[in-house]
Parts: sequence; structure tokens; C-alpha cells
Amino acid sequence: MTLAMLGEAWRAMGANRLRTFLTMLGMVIGVGAVVLMMSIGQGAQYAIKQSISAMGSNLFILLSGSTQAGGVRSGSGGGYTLNVADAEAIAELSGVQAVAPIHTGSAQVVYGPNNWNTSVIGTMPGYLDARSWPVVAGSAFTDSDVRSATRVALIGQTAAANLFGDEDPVGKTIRIRQSPFVILGMLGVKGQGMDGRDQDDTILIPLTTAQRQVFGSQFPGSVRMVMVQTETQEIMPSVEKEMTELLRQRHRIREGFENDFFLRNLTAAADSAAESTRIMSLLLGAIASVSLLVGGIGIMNIMLVSVTERTREIGIRMAIGARERDILLQFLLEAIIISVVGCLIGLLLGIAGALLVEATTGTLVIISFSSVVVAFGVAAAVGIFFGFYPAKKAAQLDPIEALRYQ
Amino acid sequence: MTDTVIRIEGLHKSYETSAGLFPVLKNVDLRIAVGEFVAIMGPSGSGKSTFMNILGCLDEPTAGRYELNGRDVANLDRDELASLRNRTIGFVFQGFNLLPRMSLQDNVALPLIYCGVERDERRQRARDLLAKVGLERYFESMPNNISGGQQQRVAIARALVNRPRLILADEPTGNLDSHTGEEIMALFDTLNREGITIVLVTHEADIAQHAQRQVHFLDGRIVGDHAVQREHRA
Ligand SMILES: Nc1ncnc2c1ncn2[C@@H]1O[C@H](COP(=O)(O)OP(=O)(O)O)[C@@H](O)[C@H]1O
Ligand SMILES: [Mg+2]
Repeated sequence: MTLAMLGEAWRAMGANRLRTFLTMLGMVIGVGAVVLMMSIGQGAQYAIKQSISAMGSNLFILLSGSTQAGGVRSGSGGGYTLNVADAEAIAELSGVQAVAPIHTGSAQVVYGPNNWNTSVIGTMPGYLDARSWPVVAGSAFTDSDVRSATRVALIGQTAAANLFGDEDPVGKTIRIRQSPFVILGMLGVKGQGMDGRDQDDTILIPLTTAQRQVFGSQFPGSVRMVMVQTETQEIMPSVEKEMTELLRQRHRIREGFENDFFLRNLTAAADSAAESTRIMSLLLGAIASVSLLVGGIGIMNIMLVSVTERTREIGIRMAIGARERDILLQFLLEAIIISVVGCLIGLLLGIAGALLVEATTGTLVIISFSSVVVAFGVAAAVGIFFGFYPAKKAAQLDPIEALRYQ
Repeated sequence: MTDTVIRIEGLHKSYETSAGLFPVLKNVDLRIAVGEFVAIMGPSGSGKSTFMNILGCLDEPTAGRYELNGRDVANLDRDELASLRNRTIGFVFQGFNLLPRMSLQDNVALPLIYCGVERDERRQRARDLLAKVGLERYFESMPNNISGGQQQRVAIARALVNRPRLILADEPTGNLDSHTGEEIMALFDTLNREGITIVLVTHEADIAQHAQRQVHFLDGRIVGDHAVQREHRA
């Protein structure tokens, strides 16, 4: 019986093709917009998640401030306000898992005939832990390399590709600003960082070597940046407090004076970036849903017109025994078919649009099964919801009045 | 008592108009037995259609009692009334009231959809009835492509498809020429001979001659109710 009614609904829709098509168009645009927006939103969320996990977890970054800001302080005396001793002291705090003072710069690197300008990071072995950065070939340098300022290096994948091509870099000697360095190991792929830079275009060397031999630092031992990793995310606030106290004490900053360093919770910042992307994609979805709503109202509008136009037909059907639920089902089915077919077309267009966006702008889009299911479910619900009122209206007509309708 | 199909007592019907309540049927009593062929006659505006619509459970009386096969119709809900219209009563309209976008076969089969008859049986019964009313060559035609007399035959086939024991026809020949009208009446005669009770509205004396009994309406009241002379019947 439902099958017979489906056939009838189909026939009724076929009787006024242009109108059916225009009604459907609302659904097509609505669903298409939702799928497109959700795909872009999910792509953006995925990209953010990737770069967060590439950054490393539970991270603080400690930046040196100006020497004037901290008031009286003795100690290393000039350059940066942070130094290796500070880093060592922080490493003793409970809950701190890895600490890595960092000195970065860019340098010309040569291997054979190949020449490449890349970022050189002078740091300590803890850096790899803090950034959860594995060494995929060879091995990492050690604390003793840092102590003796040996000329050893770890190479990122992009730098390796540019200097070595297909050759295995491990064990080879490169020149960084003329000084020869032996490559101990190759780093795993990190991809794009939060700032959009290629993190694999880099070379890691011991901090001491970087400061004394490559960049010729005026104040060896003082650094602009220290990376600190805690054991868990939960203890980050308490470690932040202890670290601040420790540094103020070490730098002899008196009550009421400002810190001579900046402490940033990278993980919290990344989380809030992820959160704002999530809200952004929710917002996009919500805006797109409005067009679904408009499509639904279009369906209701046309169904109301259709019920009025077909009042006499409804009267005839009632006169030969159609019950309320038969009429209700008939009109509801029409609304559902319109919205479901419109939804299918919208899905296809939305997916095509998302792929087009990806192809033309390079933005990552993710067409997830769940977003397709959600769009479909919402469309069916819209059809039922907005089709119900007109169908109910039709079903509740009085037989004799419907028959008299001209 | 058991052979009574329709029992009407003290029936009133008024329409609400802008000028107030307008009484159309005034205290009508009528009893129709199983197998009768009754012609309802009377001038235009005397309330015949209003009466038929109430008999057909399409409309409700303002006051009074209507028993169909012993059941008081006033106590039935909308679904039960729909079921009566579907199975118990076959209604034939003056204007045919076919659905224009459906083939004749689908039109005739439509009542069967509403009582859950399977597709193959629906088709079979629709074809049998179309054949019975002489339209075996028009199963797939559309209503607008056949003559008025043929359309009325389709409407009769549709009224019969659920095998009702009561046919109500409101001026079924009113839109047809007299020759075609006679053909339609021959069909009603056949049905009546098969035992189906027929109540038929007409204001044409010739048509009314097919009935066994004539009931005359005037200004919303029954003013005459008498048997038709046997020798006049076809
Ligand atoms: N829906 C209605 N509203 C108001 N008056 C009506 C309505 N239907 C019929 N009437 C009036 O009721 C009277 C009887 O109509 P009807 O039953 O159609 O008569 P008949 O079929 O005998 O010609 C007429 O005066 C007509 O104008
Ligand atoms: Mg009339």
C-alpha cells in the first residue's frame, strides 16, 4: 500500500515538474552548502590537529625579555636574560619532563656541489623529547656532545632532500658556515608548523657548538628561548607558577617588578586555536543550515499550495474511503521524496564543490561519512517536519467541503 | 427489521450562512429495505443532494438519527466513516469525480488501495469491473479522453469495486444525453437485480421509472413516497 502511495506521490510530482524542481532546488542548495561547509571546516580542524600534534604536547616556551625590565640583576651579565643554568634549574622542578634551551639562526649549508640555506637549531637532546620528534635513521647527539661542543648534526627531511637527493645522509659530512659537521641521524617528518613554515627544513646541532662555532654568540650560555615539557597537561598551571617563582628568584627580581622573561603555554594556545577553528566550522555549518531551513520552508510553502489546489482531489479520495492517515501519508511522502531527492543532488553538488575548492585553493577538505549522514538525516527531518503541517491540513479537510471546492 | 439498510428519523440539516442558519432538510423520516431501488425526486434546491450526502456519510445531519445497517452513524469516528464510504457504500456523482491524472484502471482500483488490497488483485478487480460496464478496451485510457457516458461507467465501476451492498447516485444521468442516460440506467437495473440496494436522485420522470419506489422532496420535506407501477418498469 505504501508502495502504491509512493507511485502516486511520484506521479503527482511529475505532473508539475518545474514546480517540483524549484522546490527541490531549495533543498539542493541547503544540503550542498552544509556538506561544503562541513567539509571545509573538518579539513581545517584536521590540519590544526596535525600541526598541534607535530608541535609536541604539554609544552611551554620560555622567551628572554629585556635586561632592563627586571630591575637589578647580576649573573651572566648581558645579551639574553635566560641561560643554560636557568634551564638546568627548571629541569630539577617536579613534573618537568624535558627542558631544551635553544639558539636558532639560519645558515648556508653545503654538501658536495649542493648548497642550501636552512634553519639551524642549536639545542640539547631534550629538544627531541619535548617535540616528540623521532630520529628515524642513525642516532641523536648526546649530552656529552653538548658538553664537548662536537660538530655533529641531525638533519630534517626537507633539508636532507635538498642537500642529498636520494643519497643517505647519515655518516656524511656537511659544511655549516664552512665548519664540517658529521650527520649522526635523520629526523622523522614533522610537516607544516602552526606558523605555516616547513619544520622539516632544519638542522639540529648541539647548543654549545652553535653558540661557539656557528653563530659566534657574544654571551655563550645565554639563550633567547627555552622549551619546557611537563609530564601531563593537568600540571601545567602549577609548573608555570613554580617556574615563574624559580626564575624570579634566580634573576633576583624584587616584589612589584616585572618579569624579565615571557612564559607561554603553547599547548593552551594550540588548544584555543583548535577551539576557534572548531567554532568557526560550527558557525559555517550553522549558516549553511539556515539555507536548509529556508529550503524546508519552501517545501512547506509549495505543499500548502498543492494541498489547496488539490482540495477537490482530496475530497474525491475521502469520498471513496481514504482515511486521514492515507491523505497524511500521501502528502508527507511527496514532501519527503522532494527533500530526499533534493538532498541527494545537494550531496553530489556539495561533494563536487568541496573537491573543487581543494583542487583550486589547496585547502584541505574532509568529506566525512558522518557529515553526509547528518546532511541526509537533516534533509529527511526537514521534509517530514515541513511536510507535516500541510499534510495534516489536507488530512483534516471535511469530505463534503473538499468535494464542493471548485 | 433485519432487512433495513437505511433508517432515517427526524432528520434536520441547516447550513450556516451569512444570513444565519438556513434550514434545508426539515424533519425527514425514511426507511429503505435491502434490495430496494428508490428514486429520490423533487425540484432543484429541494434538498436532494444534501440528503444524499448525509446518506453517503460525507456530511452530518444537524439533528435526527441515521442508522446504516442498524448502526447509528453519529457514533462513528472519522476512520469508521471512511471505512463505510470505502466498503459499505458506493457513491456515484453527477459530475463523475474521476481523478484526471490516473488511468481508468487506476481510478477504479483506487478504493482498494485504502483497504489494503494487493496490487495484482486490485488490477484484476478493476479490469473485471471495467469489462462489466463495457469498457474492456479502455483500461489504460485517461478520463479526459473518453465520453461523459463512459466516464460515468468508470465512476460506477469504481463505486462497485469494493463490492458494496448499497449504491447512492446523485443525478448520475444529469450530465448525459437521454440515450446515454438510458444505458447507464440499464446498468443500475442489472446491479439491482443482483441484489444491490440503489438510491438514485433524478428529476427526470423517465429515469425514475426504473425504480420500484419514488420519494418526492419539496422544500426540504418528503411530500410523497409511493411504489412505481410494475408495468412501467423496464
Ligand atoms: N454548502 C451550502 N451552504 C449553504 N447552502 C447550501 C449549501 N449547499 C446547498 N445549499 C442550499 O441548500 C438547498 C438545497 O440544496 P441541494 O441539496 O443541493 O438541492 P438539490 O440537490 O435538491 O438541488 C439549496 O437552497 C442550496 O442553495
Ligand atoms: Mg442536487
